[in-house]
Amino acid sequence: METGTAPQPDSTEPDRTKPDVPLGDYLTVRVSRGKGPENRYEEFQVPRRENQTVLDIVTWIQRNADPALSYRFACRVGVCGSCAMTVNGKPRWTCRTHVSKVIGKERSLTIEPLRNLPRIKDLAADMSAFFEKWQQAGGRFAGKTDRTGPLARIDPESPGRKAVDAGIECINCAVCYSACDVVTWDEDYLGPAALNRAWTLVNDERHAEKRETMKKVSAAGGCHSCHSHGSCVEHCPIGLNPTAGIAGLKRRSVLQTFRLSGEK
Amino acid sequence: MTEAALYAAQRVTAMILAPLVLIHLGLILYAVSDGLTADEILSRTRGNMAWAAFYGLFVLSAAVHAPLGLRNILREWLGLRGRMVDCVLVLFAALLAGLGLRAVLAVI
Ligand code: SF4
Ligand code: SF4
Ligand code: FES
Repeated sequence: METGTAPQPDSTEPDRTKPDVPLGDYLTVRVSRGKGPENRYEEFQVPRRENQTVLDIVTWIQRNADPALSYRFACRVGVCGSCAMTVNGKPRWTCRTHVSKVIGKERSLTIEPLRNLPRIKDLAADMSAFFEKWQQAGGRFAGKTDRTGPLARIDPESPGRKAVDAGIECINCAVCYSACDVVTWDEDYLGPAALNRAWTLVNDERHAEKRETMKKVSAAGGCHSCHSHGSCVEHCPIGLNPTAGIAGLKRRSVLQTFRLSGEK
Repeated sequence: MTEAALYAAQRVTAMILAPLVLIHLGLILYAVSDGLTADEILSRTRGNMAWAAFYGLFVLSAAVHAPLGLRNILREWLGLRGRMVDCVLVLFAALLAGLGLRAVLAVI
């Protein structure tokens, strides 16, 4: 048996001895600033770091260049849904968006608040309308029993349960809401996230108010306004498919209108 | 009428119109091959109940379909909505149906 040979580095492993960003490298970052409707752009020189996220950049600016910069985040790991901003024109969750993925060859980075929501200040958008529409879409769960009742037994293979599974992981980040043109055009449109939520509820055997939820999503500005162009699907960081859920709501509402379905 | 019913009406008429429009376009190509006058076309189509039924269905579907599309455009692009707009669109539908059916009646 041979002894004394050092373990050979696995050639598929990235070489961690070399930085992926040259030392002393800076990036020019344009940040949209202002209160309410006002808007101006300010430029910052931010040092590049390895594995840097867009949220890291914003945090660096706030801590080192301008403490008055307003933005919102909490978990930093893609769970809370509070850090979404417009990055180089596209809505993204900034804590899970690597700078190297978005700056391109031009090495440009522009950060703005989410579209389709009023700005509070700088990069913090007012999410009230987004959450209010969640309620308008009948997105509140209503149980059939209280906490002392028996647990509902749901077959994991049932179509309803599978439909719920497909949409339930939404983190309420409003990226889809910001990506949707119909939201821009029609202020009453409930938007992809609220409708996706409603779709999980009408498929939830335990939800006691399916009829009310269906009624709410079928009103003007509801599911029938969706153009099915899938911008929400394209941008959802979790990879959810609100378009499919909305198509399900449309189908169900039409079947119920013409009494073609026994579903409640 | 509920939004769901209007949505269904728009989709169903779209499904009806899709093949009818293709046949209609084909017919136009055929009909204008010799130059186009109303007299000439009527002389070829008059009295044909099949064509009358074809265009009757065409006109009615279009009269339902077009105002619904216009309704969405007015809502999304101009922010116009509400009862007043819906009433105007019903009149528009009636106008389309009236003009179209007049032409169909001429064929019979
Ligand atoms: S598919 Fe519907 S909800 Fe999604 S972005 Fe398009 S219009 Fe909005
Ligand atoms: S559906 Fe996706 S993009 Fe929309 S709020 Fe939920 S997680 Fe965010
Ligand atoms: S900070 Fe929580 S999702 Fe980005």
